Amino acid sequence: MTETSPVIEGWFTTGPEPALIGSRCTTCGSTFFPRTAGFCRNPACSGEEFEDAELSRRGRIWSYTDAQYQPPAPYVPATDPYEPFALAAVELPEGIVVLGQVAHGYGVADLAVGQEVELVVEPLHADETGTRTIWKWRPVA
Amino acid sequence: MSTEVAIAGVGMHPWGKWGRNFVEYGVHAARAALSDAGVAWTDVDLVVGGETVRNGYGGYVAGATFAQALGWNGARVATSYAACATGAQALDTARARILAGLSEVALVVGADTTPKGFLAPNAGERWDDPDWLRFRLLGMTNPAYFALYARRRMDLYGATPADFAAVKVKNARHGLHNPNARYRKEVTVDEVLGSAVVADPLHLLDICATSDGAAAVVVTSVDYARRHGLANPVKVKAISTVTPTFPNTVLDMPNLSTDPAGSAGEPERTFKESIGHAAYEEAGIGPEDVDVAEVYDLSTALELDWIEDLALCKRGEAEQLLRAGDTTVGGRVPVNPSGGLACFGEAVPAQALAQVCELTWQLRGQASGRQVEGARVGITANQGLFGHGSSVILAT
Repeated sequence: MTETSPVIEGWFTTGPEPALIGSRCTTCGSTFFPRTAGFCRNPACSGEEFEDAELSRRGRIWSYTDAQYQPPAPYVPATDPYEPFALAAVELPEGIVVLGQVAHGYGVADLAVGQEVELVVEPLHADETGTRTIWKWRPVA
Repeated sequence: MSTEVAIAGVGMHPWGKWGRNFVEYGVHAARAALSDAGVAWTDVDLVVGGETVRNGYGGYVAGATFAQALGWNGARVATSYAACATGAQALDTARARILAGLSEVALVVGADTTPKGFLAPNAGERWDDPDWLRFRLLGMTNPAYFALYARRRMDLYGATPADFAAVKVKNARHGLHNPNARYRKEVTVDEVLGSAVVADPLHLLDICATSDGAAAVVVTSVDYARRHGLANPVKVKAISTVTPTFPNTVLDMPNLSTDPAGSAGEPERTFKESIGHAAYEEAGIGPEDVDVAEVYDLSTALELDWIEDLALCKRGEAEQLLRAGDTTVGGRVPVNPSGGLACFGEAVPAQALAQVCELTWQLRGQASGRQVEGARVGITANQGLFGHGSSVILAT
């Protein structure tokens, strides 16, 4: 009854060095996240095949904020009463900026634009079958 | 061939929380615009409605709802949905048919009635919809996106929360005498900074509310305007509704990520810069010709972004304009003389039309209590979800 699993399948790996899973176009090399299929969004490319590609685990903060009020549904609060959390948009070496919550225990006072962070997997919330996990960004010490 | 159309009349229903049906607001605004134009409803041969929606999901109303409420008159009908750019896209549809010679007199209407609090997606489980996933996976609200942009201004250009507050103070003063504004009360910097932080660094008073409201525009061919004694109407010089150019590398609401930079080279302009650029190109003018601007201040800090996106100053210099009073009525290039979203709150399908209404009054010299003296050229700007945005240029 206490199974731990990702809140969404196929978006990130969960091993000791977790990473986001993107799609790399086999024709032009553009990498997209979340994963995509069907056709490449590069207007100069007619590619229709993609391969899964683990994205870089480290990137630099593009910007950051926090959620001081509980977001509305479909957000599911992790705690009752609600505890605010920080959010960061992180620029990866692949040229993609990816949003994520910031790791537990870190707030906006711990963050700066340009700062290096790395990807971790942490609990997002619990439901009737166990703990659902999500990727988060953690400042690199 | 001229690509101009005439704005014969404009009208609004005051913004507020009235708790009534949006159709009532839309009809009120439509009748006000028709009366302003001196055009009979029976002369209107095209009705374009802005779709009333929530966060990207269509389906509540079409132009036909307004046409029926006004009394079926046999006019052609169209409905537009382009998120926050809905009103401009509706206006563009009207303009296209008029310029093609297929219509002469169009009524463009947008109206909304909005819920309290955060805008949230519709109910249901939608695991393939980014606008649903951003809430479920991340708890990423609209103000959180606005806060990301605000924080970048602070870390890159040295903006301060007091600068953001000063935008609110300015706009509150502008809207003080605007009869259509919802909030008509002076605000101090301390009051803004003393209000609760919603998404750091933005306070409650930095973020626009959601409102009920409606705006309508009667737009006609230049020839029709002349035949009906409108000697020197305000004219639509440009309507830009461009989409982004790949790769769109600035994180946009409601996305969880950007396109990859590098693989296809950096675009010459960001999406928001390209919206204004296309309007200037179409109008054959430049930023230096602009006398007044109505921009989408979903947050105070976003107004500063827009001033730069519209090239009214260089990147990173909007705070200097603000501090010098350049963007205040009486300054070099007043921004949001209506009071902006700060005084109105957002009524999505009406808002881009409300911007056009305000500029029309400004260019006619009828903006009592907030008039930009001698204004001849005005520009609007806004951006919505999923690659929508607009900029309209009006001139006398």
